[in-house]
Amino acid sequence: MKIVAANRLTDGETVWLGAGDRWVDTIDAAHVARDAEDEARIAAAGSAALAANIVIDVTLVDVDIAEGRILPKRLRERIRAGGPSIHPEIGKQARNAAQHAA
Amino acid sequence: MYRYDEFDHAFVQARVAEFRDQVERRLSGELTEDQFKPLRLMNGVYLQLHAYMLRIAIPYGSLTARQMRRLAHIARTYDKGYGHFTTRQNLQFHWPKLTDIPRVLEELAEVEMHAIQTSGNCIRNVTADHFAGAAADEVADPRPYAEILRQWSSLHPEFSYLPRKFKIAVTGAERDRAAIEVHDIGLHLKKNEEGALGFAVFVGGGLGRTPMVAKKIRDFLPEQDLLSYVTAILRVYNLNGRRDNKYKARIKILVHETGTGELTAQVEKEFAALKESELKLPDADIRAIETYFAPPKLKPRPEGDAAVSKVVKADPGFADWLRRNAHTHRNPDYASVTVSLKGIGEVPGDATDVQMDAIADLAERYGNDEIRVSHEQNLILPHVARADLPAVHAKLVEIGLATSNAGLITDIIACPGLDYCALANARSIPVAQEISQRFATQARQDEIGDLQIKISGCINACGHHHVGHIGILGVEKKGTELYQVTLGGSAREGSTIGEIIGRGFAPEEITDAVETIVDTYLAKRENRDETFLEAYRRLGPAPFKEALYGHEAKAA
Repeated sequence: MKIVAANRLTDGETVWLGAGDRWVDTIDAAHVARDAEDEARIAAAGSAALAANIVIDVTLVDVDIAEGRILPKRLRERIRAGGPSIHPEIGKQARNAAQHAA
Repeated sequence: MYRYDEFDHAFVQARVAEFRDQVERRLSGELTEDQFKPLRLMNGVYLQLHAYMLRIAIPYGSLTARQMRRLAHIARTYDKGYGHFTTRQNLQFHWPKLTDIPRVLEELAEVEMHAIQTSGNCIRNVTADHFAGAAADEVADPRPYAEILRQWSSLHPEFSYLPRKFKIAVTGAERDRAAIEVHDIGLHLKKNEEGALGFAVFVGGGLGRTPMVAKKIRDFLPEQDLLSYVTAILRVYNLNGRRDNKYKARIKILVHETGTGELTAQVEKEFAALKESELKLPDADIRAIETYFAPPKLKPRPEGDAAVSKVVKADPGFADWLRRNAHTHRNPDYASVTVSLKGIGEVPGDATDVQMDAIADLAERYGNDEIRVSHEQNLILPHVARADLPAVHAKLVEIGLATSNAGLITDIIACPGLDYCALANARSIPVAQEISQRFATQARQDEIGDLQIKISGCINACGHHHVGHIGILGVEKKGTELYQVTLGGSAREGSTIGEIIGRGFAPEEITDAVETIVDTYLAKRENRDETFLEAYRRLGPAPFKEALYGHEAKAA
């Protein structure tokens, strides 16, 4: 399973491709591609958004679904989804109560 | 302090205007990210995991109170209320919006600061001894030469597209506090037998994937030949440095592959052609730059000893701090103060806007308006009257920056690691925090004595792990963090690269491993005067390996 992560051009905020190809600022709202066809589709949508200067650093991220929530396989992407593990008061983890890496 | 002249002001303002235009063109879509990325990097704008990062140059780590206040203001207004001081004596903000960065750069330009050449394959911020101009053991102040190199290297047309980045460090004392032997060029300012100033020149040091200690290629280079000789080195590197593989593109690889003798011959040949060129520094020019760094007119304050000894008796906390964080000044009435950014369990190198403002106040009131950033990620007040040390200490206690640990086991260098950095493979800061908490008590730290732990979250080694007495490198293995330990590194004169001690440790094991290493040292040292590094050099890795892994061998 994969999702698309990127950073918003204007402020660098980490965002994910969500339903309707809209960029969402919480990983919980990311669209999860469950087959190769959907993976190719979201990758293309990410590339299109890069070309349209909406986001930068578009990456496909491997995820699992754990207890109903999207959990990236790599720690890097889990920290990216939550915020710095050393500053629980800063970043998305403070705003969204997103699942935290640690 | 060096002050911008009209040319400097115009140069920096023009650069801000240029970048503002580039950002506008990027936001409008006129520039693609591929086109914009090299432009933003030239202005210190990186992209990290959570946001952009802006790295601001602090030439040779020197700041005025006004500049520090401006950094505090930027932290408060455009970031999340804190900044991170780095091992290159710079400051990083981890959360700026791209749309705000032109305004931030304007605000920096107003106080004679910028972010030029804090990234890219160019000559980066020139670093220097953080006690420059104050230390009792200094032959001469290295900052005028660092400033000459800064001016010469800023937008140098020939050296703007080097094979890879290029870092120069300068020290003016035998005791190397600027880690010059692990820089691309290290300059040791000294006097020859006739009393003339010049440099021992080291080339090809560096950390990262292939750590190397620099080779000395000149024992004494007269000061007027500084730019000719450095130009000669850079020309040889620019021509012959590898561009086919970024991991082999630093000058250390060129020195290694060419051989020190042959490389020196090439540099000397180039130098012979340049020696009498316009690069030769006129004595008047050197002396003119020196006037910017003239020693401050420090008033006699002979009451210091009495004032200090009175408080030492009454306040053990002050006594500890005095012992560890006050450094000998050339004027016996004064001291250089290390403001530790390594509070127990805190993030190494971070300071809040409130703390930055308070440091600025202290510098103005007690410190001759000077602040330094050390490559060890602390702040320095270089000129404080000993009589004022109790007042400075009291204020530092108030703002949480009075930890008495300069040079001790909790004075840990750590890169931002995977908590921020897009290049990192593992976290550095939580490891530093846990070790700091494990060794928190003053008595235990004092018992251990001088011990430098340095932690990097990837092989690029921003946390200088190769030259830590205990170095820790975070790697990713099978999707989890793993920490490799090296022992015996040193960034002082006669630098050494630490040796990998054995298999790595999981996050929950690494602090125990450090404690085992420290306990082994305490058990094996000849006496309290034998430091960890001295003991390691005497004993070698065997007893540490046995302590860390012996039980595994027995079990097998």
